[in-house]
Amino acid sequence: MIEIRKLKISFNSHVVLSHVDLTIENGDSIVIIGGSGCGKTVLLRSIIGLIKPDAGTIRVNGEEITRMDRKDLFRIRKKFGMLFQGAALFDSMTVEENIGLALKEHTDLSADEIQKRVQEKLNVVGLPGIEEKKPAELSGGMKKRVGLARALIMDPEFVLFDEPTTGLDPVMADAINHLIIETHRKFNITSIVVTHDMSSAYQIADRIAMLHDGRIIFSGPPSAIKKSELTIVKQFVKGSGGLIHGFESS
Amino acid sequence: MWMSFWQWLGQRTVAFFREMGTVSILLYRILIGIPSIFRDHHLVLKQMLEAGVNSLPLVSVVSIFTGAVSAWQAAYQMEGLMGGLVSMNYLGSGVSAAIFIELSPVLVAIVIAGRVGASIAAELGTMRVTEQIDALEALAIDPVRYLAVPRFVAGWTMLPMLVVYSYLVAHLGAYVVAHFLLDVSTSTFFGSVQRSFSIYNIFSGLVKSFVFGGGTALIGCSIGFQTEGGAEGVGKATIKAFVFSSAFILIGDYVLAMILF
Repeated sequence: MIEIRKLKISFNSHVVLSHVDLTIENGDSIVIIGGSGCGKTVLLRSIIGLIKPDAGTIRVNGEEITRMDRKDLFRIRKKFGMLFQGAALFDSMTVEENIGLALKEHTDLSADEIQKRVQEKLNVVGLPGIEEKKPAELSGGMKKRVGLARALIMDPEFVLFDEPTTGLDPVMADAINHLIIETHRKFNITSIVVTHDMSSAYQIADRIAMLHDGRIIFSGPPSAIKKSELTIVKQFVKGSGGLIHGFESS
Repeated sequence: MWMSFWQWLGQRTVAFFREMGTVSILLYRILIGIPSIFRDHHLVLKQMLEAGVNSLPLVSVVSIFTGAVSAWQAAYQMEGLMGGLVSMNYLGSGVSAAIFIELSPVLVAIVIAGRVGASIAAELGTMRVTEQIDALEALAIDPVRYLAVPRFVAGWTMLPMLVVYSYLVAHLGAYVVAHFLLDVSTSTFFGSVQRSFSIYNIFSGLVKSFVFGGGTALIGCSIGFQTEGGAEGVGKATIKAFVFSSAFILIGDYVLAMILF
């Protein structure tokens, strides 16, 4: 379980998250939505300790991570997998080396065993036989799927997805959404997805949380967000321009 | 106007000490990570190949011409300006001392600052702006251990080796000019080199190259890790790494000369 309490994060006196309270239960598939620049990615990165908050706490399975030393933080990070917005594959390595790196670093598995596990994960994401390719030879959708295979290689408890469908065509975006749902069910992981794509959110989420003005202003099942009476939520869900300053609608 | 000057000075001073603090923390983390090189020997060897072996052609060209031009200039000083008061018997001594103490350690270090230091900053900077360093962190792999330690060890160990190689090649360049263009016999040239030979000169040159090699890699890593602002930021980081490394080498050369001589 991940419990975020009174989280505050700012950069050079610009407050991005002012007071975030959010609880993510084990096995949840939660989608965090919000406008561009509202701090969704910052929240996701803080969950894995890539950004230190100014104030507040983040508990992962009861362990407070914001004040942990690096050694303990690395121990906690082994419970996580993360798919970055641009996939963030290591461009000097092959697909196999990318996916197998964590196993090579953190386990005593033989090279053959690592290769076998990599092939298994590539099969899961529907990309068998591309082990020897370099990231530069892959399309955007393939990179995301390889990034997902890398995120899953250590059989994590939690997987974080940062804008998984951004920059993809609708067919590939739909394929990625199905992969997220499939991996969530198949491996019984807790999925935390950040997106501003509402169709993705409806497909993936058991629960949707909306971030606005540095706070979680809505949290509930997809059916509830459609019925929300909050103007900002309604505007976001319908895609009207009220969230943009200067285009405030009544 | 004065207020803005003091503000500017204050900001620059704070930025300088912040930068020094960042570099010092990185150096500390690298030093405590050095025992990991036995486990990560494949990463270290890869960087040694890149920093050392792949630099040989450039170091060869720089060294041979450094030796050649120093022999030519020394002969010009002896014959022209000094009116032949100094015998050409001393040509080898003068050139050799200059190569051992200053020319090879400093010029090879500056070449490495351009070829290796700037490339470290560009490579790590690109990894930073494309979230690859964050991906390493997310995989519970320490980027300092995985990226900086091998590069630091490679810079620190390969520069002295390149300098030793440069000693030989620069002497060869000087000999070719002395023998074929200045009519100095082989025995005269190398006899002169031998007379002035001092192991301390080699030692001082190697001490400098250890410091310059480690410093260049450290600056490249520090600037690379702090890169922000996309492709433009990577370009700026590359230039900054070369400028800072070169300044470090020249200032460090002066400081070490004060200490060693």
